[in-house]
Amino acid sequence: MSTPEDNRYAKSHEYVHLEGEIGTIGITDYAQKELGDVVFVELPQVGSELEAADELGSIESVKAVSELFSPVSGVVVEINEALAENPALVNTDPYGDGWMIRVRVSDATEVDELMSAEEYDEYLEKESGH
Amino acid sequence: MSESTGPLKKTPLHEVEKELGGKMVDFGGWELPVQFSGILDEHDAVRTKAGVFDVSHMGEVTVKGSQALELLQRATCNDVAKLEDGRAHYNGLLYPNGGFVDDILIYRMAHDDYFVVVNAANTGKDFDWLKQASSGMDVEVKNESANYAQLAIQGPEAERVLQTMTDTPLAPIKYYRFAQGIVDGAPAILSRTGYTGEDGFEIYVAPGAAPRILKKLVDAGVKPCGLGARDTLRLEAKMALYGNDIDQTTTPIEADLGWIVKLEKGEFAGRDVLAREKEEGPRRKLVGFEMVDRGIARHGYPIVEGGQEIGVVTSGSHSPTLKKAIGLAYLPLDKSAQGTEFTVLIRGKEARARVIPTPFYKRAK
Repeated sequence: MSTPEDNRYAKSHEYVHLEGEIGTIGITDYAQKELGDVVFVELPQVGSELEAADELGSIESVKAVSELFSPVSGVVVEINEALAENPALVNTDPYGDGWMIRVRVSDATEVDELMSAEEYDEYLEKESGH
Repeated sequence: MSESTGPLKKTPLHEVEKELGGKMVDFGGWELPVQFSGILDEHDAVRTKAGVFDVSHMGEVTVKGSQALELLQRATCNDVAKLEDGRAHYNGLLYPNGGFVDDILIYRMAHDDYFVVVNAANTGKDFDWLKQASSGMDVEVKNESANYAQLAIQGPEAERVLQTMTDTPLAPIKYYRFAQGIVDGAPAILSRTGYTGEDGFEIYVAPGAAPRILKKLVDAGVKPCGLGARDTLRLEAKMALYGNDIDQTTTPIEADLGWIVKLEKGEFAGRDVLAREKEEGPRRKLVGFEMVDRGIARHGYPIVEGGQEIGVVTSGSHSPTLKKAIGLAYLPLDKSAQGTEFTVLIRGKEARARVIPTPFYKRAK
């Protein structure tokens, strides 16, 4: 799966897709592959305020748990309720139906500071290169 | 788990596993596949069809000589004298304090010839322990681990598929029995045993023969499976994992493995402790639990009551078959009854869990 170019990416493998002031946050295809089968996603409540790099929740795969970090600051306006029933959406469609939360972004410059698709791909290459 | 500083050890199947898309990880100093197609998919294949695991990292120690039985009787808690040729059993190699050196399988090849299968990370320790215990006895203890690869073919279709690769009739080999035969041209021990709670076989062959056999099994439709599925399968069947559920600080009685403790067989390492625990009850007991609240309680998470840590989770995972979070934990004996609820700290947050009967999963016969 190629890295979508209309998202911005964090080093902790979350992405933000910004439309107006609403940012949709999820984890990247690389991250879901590393985690393996996702069985449970713990998300914040609508209305929670997040600071960039705050832990926003956790994601349990069969074999391990990982923390999720918010790549940007903002207020949670929506969470993906479908993940409660079908957490595997994170694996099958990380950039689409497997999104996690939507936030009203409070500082758009934080989005700009994240990596572009190209930069993220380079980052992954460096990460996996030995 | 022992810390390893050198390069990772590889099994004879390493190259084939990479070709098959195995995602390799460090497991106690061995580079082994954690998954191929995905843990849930592999788990399901073993429960409904057949899967194959590379367990070549397991150690094999042979114990031979006129006093072989005597040595094994003294060093373990199960009654080795009850074995007959062609039978195997699960057993505990114990310290004098009743704690586990390791949990092992013992195969009786002949009255003076035993084949002992041990956990990979414990191979050196077990070998040294048996070797030391054999001092002055007419027994030869040998570490033969390098001479064997091991494949576990597990699942309801395991027998059918394996039968296409051997002339040894498999149907007469009942649970925990074995035969020596030929698999795909290679001498093999074929054992109806496993670590999944499913029917199946474990076969021991020369390292050189293993890659070909694995490829043929996969071509025949057996799904290659990794350590991830092995762990979820064994947990559902409530089979203990050394280093998680049992170790040198836990006794077989605490671990709810009283069925392998045969006090009547005579003197053995740890007998006094186990006799007392059988009589008075152990201080704590390994129980199965399900989560009442959401979340998964994993290995090492504390169980608390009134601000005190009263127990610990030893294994925990999402159960692919039961589709809920399950686990094993040590609880004080008086809080270990079925139905008892307790609180576990999941990364600092309290969550409720409940003691339930085990095994979590039992196959229909």
